[in-house]
Formats: sequence, C-alpha cells, structure tokens
Amino acid sequence: MTSLIEPAAATGSPFDKLIKRDKVHGSLYTDSALFAEELRRIWYRTWVFVGHESEVAQPGDYVRKKLGLQDVIMTRDRDGELHLLLNRCAHRGNQVCDDAQGNSSTFRCPYHGWTYRNNGELVGFPFFKGYGQRKLDLNLGQVPRMDTYRGFVFGSFAADGPGLVEHLGAAAGEIDRLAQLSPEGAVELTVGWLQHQTRANWKLLAENETDGYHPQFVHGSIFGVTGSPIGALYSDTSTAVTRDLGQGHSENDLRPEFRKFAEPMRWFGTTEARVPNYVAAMRERYGEEAEKIMIEGGPHVMIFPNLFIAEIQVFNIQPVAVGECIQYSTAVQLVGAAELNKRMVSQCMGSAGPAGMLLADDTEMYERNQLGLECLTPEWLDVRRGLNREHVDENGFTVGGATDETGMRGFWSQYKTLMEAEL
Amino acid sequence: MNTALDEHATLGPIPDGFDRWEVEQFLYREARYADESDYDAWEALWTDDALYWVPVATTNDPSRTMSVVYDNRSRIATRLKQVRTGKRYAQAPQSNLRRLLSNIEFLGGRANSGGGVDLEVGANFLVLESRARGNHLWGGRTTYRLRRQDGDLRLAYKKVVLVDNGQPIPTLGFLI
Repeated sequence: MTSLIEPAAATGSPFDKLIKRDKVHGSLYTDSALFAEELRRIWYRTWVFVGHESEVAQPGDYVRKKLGLQDVIMTRDRDGELHLLLNRCAHRGNQVCDDAQGNSSTFRCPYHGWTYRNNGELVGFPFFKGYGQRKLDLNLGQVPRMDTYRGFVFGSFAADGPGLVEHLGAAAGEIDRLAQLSPEGAVELTVGWLQHQTRANWKLLAENETDGYHPQFVHGSIFGVTGSPIGALYSDTSTAVTRDLGQGHSENDLRPEFRKFAEPMRWFGTTEARVPNYVAAMRERYGEEAEKIMIEGGPHVMIFPNLFIAEIQVFNIQPVAVGECIQYSTAVQLVGAAELNKRMVSQCMGSAGPAGMLLADDTEMYERNQLGLECLTPEWLDVRRGLNREHVDENGFTVGGATDETGMRGFWSQYKTLMEAEL
Repeated sequence: MNTALDEHATLGPIPDGFDRWEVEQFLYREARYADESDYDAWEALWTDDALYWVPVATTNDPSRTMSVVYDNRSRIATRLKQVRTGKRYAQAPQSNLRRLLSNIEFLGGRANSGGGVDLEVGANFLVLESRARGNHLWGGRTTYRLRRQDGDLRLAYKKVVLVDNGQPIPTLGFLI
C-alpha cells in the first residue's frame, strides 16, 4: 500500500484528508511511513512519560526505560540529580548498560572498555596514546530535556518547546488528585512493571483508555462473575462524564457517581471501617477536605501520548512498530498508606498485565482491531459518538457522557496539531 | 530468576508416600487438563490453600511486587469463572495448546500450614500455543508442591518461571 502522507498541497495539510471531526482514516494505524513520522514528530519531540523518581531512589540507582524505540537509562547521580542517558557508547554505538536495573556509579562499555559516569560524562578509555590525549569530548547522549511532576519523570527530545507544566495543562491536576490520595501527598512506583507485548498500533490503546463505551462489553465477563460495580459507572445512565482536558489529554470523570453514594473509600471497593489507620491519617492531613478526597477517589486520565493513570494503576505505552507496542503496568503505592498498598498490588495483578482479567481482554480487542484494519473498506473509524450531546463546561473543557468519544476526538486534535507542526 | 519464597525455608528430605510413577502421571494429567482447557478437572486438582504464581524477573516478595499471576484459591476460582463465561476474549476462542514436561526432579519436602509435608517437584516445560495472532512458544521451569489428601494427590502450589520473564510477553490467557 502506498503511503497516504503526501507533500502538503497548497490547499492544506495531508492530515486534513485523514482526520475529520467525526472519523479518522484506517491508514493512520497501518502505514509504516506514517509511524516513522510519528516517532519524529511525537515520540522524539513532545513530552513523553518515562518513569518515576522513586524507581531510582538512591544515588547510583539506575533503571532502563524506553522512549519510543530508544533505550534510555534513568539514573540518579551521586548528587541526587536525575538523568536520562541514551544507552549507546559514543565510540562505536554499543549498549553500555545491559542490566534492567541496578546501582552503579559508572557504565563500562563491554566492547572497548569506554567508561562513563552515571551523569553521562566519559571518564576514561583504554590505550589513550591512540588518541594522543587522555580526554575526549565524547559523552553519552542525553534526552535533551527532562522534567518531573510529582515524581513522574518525562523526557522530551526537543531542545526547546513548551515546558512540562505547559504540556500537562489541566492533566497536572489529575496527577495532583492521585497524589492527594496519599496522607503524605506523595506516590511511588516501586513494585515493578509488567511488560505486555501488544500487536497493535499504539494509538488504539491511547484512544481506548478513556473510552467509556467498551467496558460493559469487553469486561462484562469479569464484572459479571465478581459482581463488580464498575460496569455501572460506564452505563448509558451513568452520571460520570468524559472530559477533553486539552492537548490530547482526557479523562473519565467518575466523581459524579461516587458523590451520589458519598461513601468514603467506595471508589476503592472498601469501607472506612476496613482501613481505619488510612482514614485517620487522611483526616489528620487534609481536615474537612479528606471526606471529599476519600469519596471521589482517584483519577482515570490518559495523558498524551503514553501515560495512563487508572485510579490505582499506572500504564506506560511505548511503540515498537506500526503494528506493535508494549504496555508497561504497575500498581500505585501511596506514601503513608500501608493498609492500601498491598491491596493495590493485588488488585493491579488481578486486572493488568498479560494475564490480567481486565487488560488482557482490552489487549485482545487492540490486536483484533489491528487485524480488522487490514480490511480496507469502509476506510474510516467512526469517532462521532456524543457529538450530538457534548457541551463546554465552566472551565472551557468539552464534556461528553460517560460512554462518549469525546476523549478520542481530543486525542486526534492534538495528534493532528503535532503531525502538522513545522519542525 | 526468582526464588524468593522458596528461600524462606530450606527444603527437608523427600517425604515418604510419593511414588515417582504416580507423581509423574499426576503432573502429566495436570498438563493435559490445562492444554485441553478442562477447567473443572484442573480446578479440582487444587488444595484449599492453593497458590498459582507466575512471577516476573523483578518479583521478590510477591505480595508487595508485581507478578503476571499471583492467585490464591479464591482468585483461581474467579479466573476460571471468568473464562467459563465464554466472553473472556483473551481466551475466547481458546488457544490450541500442547506442552511437554521434562527434567522432572523430586526436590524435597516442604512443611505446609496443615502440619504435613508437601513433596516439592521441579520440571522444565515447553508449551506451543496457537492463536489467531500466531504461534507462541512458552518455556520455563515449574515448581510444584503436591500433597496427599484423602488418598489422592492434590496440587498445593505451582510456580511457573518463564525463561523470558524479564522481557515483554504476549497475552497469557490460558493456564500455564
């Protein structure tokens, strides 16, 4: 199939032909030339979630991550500074780090023994006479910009551009909501990541994360056998809403449903009597505000392009190829909430990852979707659901019903903006 | 590879009353039930204190770190109830499966919470899975704990350490 990306005609962007308000073209998920452009214009340009500071808590700690196709070493140096180093020796391009994680002040390339400090600086190389000097200005590459928000680490390969806070926009408030579930106002991601290989285009995942239309169908099997109340949150009569938070971010705001019941900890499937120490610590910390926090629960937010926070779980989506990506999933740990943390690990293991009783079914849908898209007719995927009833809220955000495709339309709007931007 | 739970107590001598032929037949039967998605028969093999565990490379304390599967008896039941609905899409349609067990070793005796001693057995495995998305070869080593209960062998523990559990793996919808 020939690429649908053609030189922009004088009349407008090639994406005008692929992305409409109510539909998107199937080739967006299957065109490998377009995937290469996405790496350049999205993954190697905008802010992308990489990991969490708590994964490298101590000086010398490091953990390997992906940023698009690139292997990144997230390190904490002896001064406590974070770095996102590229795992590529400045000599011949070999990988300098082969362990998934560890603690080391240096990385030594196995090929010719070049050694780098964990801030990326070249500290030595054997047989210096061949270079006529003991010093070379050849350091490890770094992700040009790195910033954190409440410990969530993001990287951007663009040397300049909007800052992280600007990129996050209203989605920053959703990360705040997650953090305030901790009596100490802090979250950690320290329980390890499951790695789920997914034979589907990454955008199918990003779109699905705040699709409130699918849960009753894809997850009916587990909701039915466990008597879960989650399905009702995404019913046709739910008062929950889907909100386009701008810049490609979106959320399923479930708070209206939880406010109806006004029961602290219902969002977590428990009662305050069962987690008394947590509830006491929350009241101690937040005073009257604690009731609201414990009634409303955590966010369900997709942060463009790859960070999905689903109440107690965090997902990192990284592309591999046009038809393949990896989902990394882990359980949130709330600092100062020992009563909740083990249970969050247990719930997350039950639902997420390759054998998860929720996410494995989502993944099956992504993979069948990718196969379905090999059929070239009717060409388009429909994203019109809710256009007839969405409205703009008091903060200027577009809001649809619980099952509307408002979030997807927000995603595509940002996607189009980035793909059309002048580099 | 992870051995954390196993290191908490050292293995005792191989307990009496476990015939090698009988044990091997039990393991092959368990494998066949899993291959044939015979959920009722497979579920009936487990003791009430069952633990079905598929760790990843970063798993240490499994109650505090992520595993692919860490199911007690209740969660095994939930997992099987879900798949029996026929709408557990990750396993509907079911995978076509056949597995080989080999290198079966009697490892020793492990004290259980009921005051008895379970037989701990290790074995290597390969499973060929065929699904619409293609074939996948799963391989690793399983540690079993077997108990005699009312005269029959029962499965109290099954830990499956995949050789590639430090890498991304595809959907694991079947019983491994």
